[in-house]
Order: sequence, then structure tokens, then C-alpha cells
Amino acid sequence: MDSLIQYSYVVAAALFIYGLKQLGSPATARRGNFISAVAMLLAVVAALLAQGIEYQWVALGMLVGAVIGGAAARMVQMTAMPEMVALFNGFGGLASLLVGWAALVPGSTTFTLVTIILSILIGGVTFTGSMIAYGKLSERIGSGAVLFNGQQVVNSLIVLGILAGSVMFCLEPDNHLWLYLVVALSLVFGVMAVIPIGGADMPVVISLLNSYSGLAACAAGFAVNNNILIVAGALVGASGIILTQIMCKAMNRSLANVLFSGFGSGKVEESAVEGEIKPINVEDAYYILEAASNVAIIPGYGMAVAQAQHVVKELAELLERNGAEVNFGIHPVAGRMPGHMNVLLAEADVPYDQLLEMDDINPRMEHVDVAIVIGANDVVNPAARENEGSPIYGMPVINVDKARTVFVLKRSMASGFAGIENPLFYKDNTRMLFGDAKESIGNLIREFSG
Amino acid sequence: MTTVFLTFILMLTIFLGFELINKVPATLHTPLMSGANAISGITLVGAISLAGNGQHNMTEWLGVAAVALATVNVVGGYMVTDRMLAMFKKKGS
Repeated sequence: MDSLIQYSYVVAAALFIYGLKQLGSPATARRGNFISAVAMLLAVVAALLAQGIEYQWVALGMLVGAVIGGAAARMVQMTAMPEMVALFNGFGGLASLLVGWAALVPGSTTFTLVTIILSILIGGVTFTGSMIAYGKLSERIGSGAVLFNGQQVVNSLIVLGILAGSVMFCLEPDNHLWLYLVVALSLVFGVMAVIPIGGADMPVVISLLNSYSGLAACAAGFAVNNNILIVAGALVGASGIILTQIMCKAMNRSLANVLFSGFGSGKVEESAVEGEIKPINVEDAYYILEAASNVAIIPGYGMAVAQAQHVVKELAELLERNGAEVNFGIHPVAGRMPGHMNVLLAEADVPYDQLLEMDDINPRMEHVDVAIVIGANDVVNPAARENEGSPIYGMPVINVDKARTVFVLKRSMASGFAGIENPLFYKDNTRMLFGDAKESIGNLIREFSG
Repeated sequence: MTTVFLTFILMLTIFLGFELINKVPATLHTPLMSGANAISGITLVGAISLAGNGQHNMTEWLGVAAVALATVNVVGGYMVTDRMLAMFKKKGS
């Protein structure tokens, strides 16, 4: 029986790998996810077949979890997807913490003790870190960076405490005080690690926490001596690290800078931009759009906030019917999680081959008649290219300012998240369409149909 | 000796993971992340043996809690990923 279970794990691992491979292309992704779910089912059934398992409590736990998870997955709005992912991620982390803790039996080897500590530590940081990320993304707590005097000292003390507690735990595993100390400090550390990171850096944080949840499962696998946990956990860990790297590269910042600098904590630099703001009304915007034969739409987090994806799709369709070529330019860090804009536009039925990545849309920008910026700011800021003094200098951006005309849909002139002045708004070819993005686009649509 | 084998598996899997994910297009980053997130619920498999030990001790209660949490992660993660992927359509289809 035991070898049957072990071979089932081998098959499950193969299916996980194949499923992830299929997730790499939009045409096969749905099947890939299904294959991965089958792998999970197989591994769970195999685990249930192990000798001496008493089912009643296991079944109860699974029932409760399945009901909660299923209901949440069905009811969540697409715009709330970043916080949902954070929440699920946190649960996975806490589960790994508990598995590590429960795996502690008298007489464990030092190696097992070390892996127990690792799963508690990583699981704990994943849990509270994800909860803070959830709070920031759903705006239950302020989404800005929280910085205070002596933060580094406090953090260093926590790290030292975790190290000391871990060493003492390995030396005296029977004294549960050390265990509780490490559990508590890991939870605190997760909070401290995420509060100094501002909302716009969330794509990095959420990818990193994703990676941690995998590594926590991996460590738990060592603690309970189970290779399927190690394989699946390591796959997730690796995937999260790659996404984290992609996000950092897209902001031209190191991971250390994202994690520790408290970027966007609200220091607004003095304006040193030449030129003036040129507002435009809906009617004039309509005349320009009506004459355009090539339009690029660049969405940002503001589109998600205004829930404007459906009207954006409608406008794109009207423009196409009017004979224009319409493309969407998606910056890798637009929104609050990797691929955020793509999911929202997919929800609004925009075909994915109409969504161009930054490197594909930039060379076409010179032929674009009108670039419409919807709720994006930093990712279209030409200062990243032109102004060496700018905090975002060097970050790759979508060069909307190279289009013949740029419309910027914006609520007001209030400074963006990072508090960085955007010279785009002052360029000769830029027109500002002030107001709620959804309303402005709705008015444009009415002009087209009227 | 098991420890060495497990570490060996870990090393190979990490390299495999990097190779697998490197080529995923930006359009799929969110489903990839939430799909991977569901996979990290694999900790459920470890939790089952602890929750089912039948001894009504601390280990069992911690295990049951872990089973419930990991199941939220697994079921919710796969379902939400499927919901997202069902929306991705090619032009003209």
C-alpha cells in the first residue's frame, strides 16, 4: 500500500509539471489548470489511503475548507482578484505553519527540527504578510507605505529574536517556550515586512508572497518527510521568484529597494515642469477620435478602481467599427498584481491578442494617432526616460508621448501614488480629460452613437 | 540518506520550475500566480496524515486546522483560476 501511495505521488508530480507547462499558453492554459487540479486530487486521495487515518476530523476540515474556498471563488468580483489571491495565499502559509508545528514529535532529529522551524517561519511570514497585503489591496487599511523612526532597529531585533529562538528550539526542543516565541515573532515579522511597502509596489509583494507560500509547503514537506510537498512547493517557489524578478525589472528597481525603501511614502517633490495643462471636453475629444485611424489604449490601476473595463471595451469596438485600428498597451506592473489589466480586459471580452506588451507597442507608438491613458500614471511617465533626477529614472515605460495626440483620463491633478510629477501632462500633444474614467468614456460612447 | 534524496529532488525541481515558468507570457501572469497558489495548497497532503492520527492530541487539532485552511487554498485557488481562464478569448472566437 505504501509503495502505491508513493507511486501516486510520482504521477501527481508529473501531472503538476505538465499542467504548469500547459499554463504557459493562453490556448491550453485552462486545460493545464485542470490537469494540475487532477494532480492535486490524486495526491490527496493517495494521502487518505495511508494506513491508520481516522477520517471524521479530516473530512470535517476538508468540508469546511471546500465550502469556504468554493464560495469565495464563485462570488469574488474580478476587480477584487488581487486581494483574493493574497487571502488564499495567506491561508496556504498558515496551513504550512500548522503542519510544521504539528510535525514536532519528541525525539526528532536536528534536521527535522530545522525544517520545522523553517516551515513555521516562512509560513508565518506568508500568513501575516498576505493579510497585510490583503488589507492594503482591499483598502481596509491605508495602502501607503508605513514608515516610522527606528523601524530598522525594530526589524533587526525581530530577526535576531527569531534566530536566537530558532537556535534555542533546536537545542531544547522539549521546551515549547522557544517554539511559541518563534511562531509569534514570525507572525510579527510578516506584518513588519509588508507595512513599509506602498500600494503600487504590490505586484512585487504579491509575487514574492506567492513564492514564500510554495517554499513554506516545501519546508513542511521536509518536516513530514513527504516528497510531493517538496516537489509541488519548489515549483511554486520558483514560479513566484521568476514573477518577482519580472516585476522588479519592469520597475528598474532591485528587490531590496522595493522591500526596504518605503517608496511612495508621500514625499511630493517640487514641481519643475515646463508647460501648461490643456484640458479638453468630451465633444472635442470625440472629433479627434472620430478622425483617428490608429488608437492605443493604455490602462492602469485607475481603470480597475473606476470599474471602467466594460465601457473601455465598448469604446474600442465603436472605434473599430469607425475604421480605426485599436490596440491595448499593457505595462507589466500596471495594476496591483502581475497581469491585473489582462484579467480585467479579458472579463470585458477583449481578445487577448489585442493586448500588446510594452515592448510590442512602443515601436508602433509613432504611428498612433491617439493614445488614451486610462488611470495610468507612472507607467507612462516620460521622466523615466528624460529626467535623470526623477526617482523613476530608468524604469521602462510606455512611450505614449510619441503618439500624435495623447488623452489622459484623470480624476484631478492630485499627485499620483508615488508623488512623482508627470511631465506627460504638460506636453504639447497632451490633452487632459478630467473626471471619472467610466463617466468620461460613457460620454464619449454617447457622442459616437448620437 | 533520505534527507540527501529529498534535497536532491528539491534542487532539480527548482531548476525545472525556473525553466517551466520563464516562458509564460505576461497576459497569463495572474492565472499563473493563482494557479501556482492553488498548488501551494499541497501542504494539505501533509496535513491529512497529522489530522487523521486519531489520538485527539495537539497534533491532531493543529492538523485539522491545517486541513481546513489548505483546502480553502486548494479549492478556492483552482476554481478562481478556472473562472479567470474561461474569460481569455482569442480574436474572432
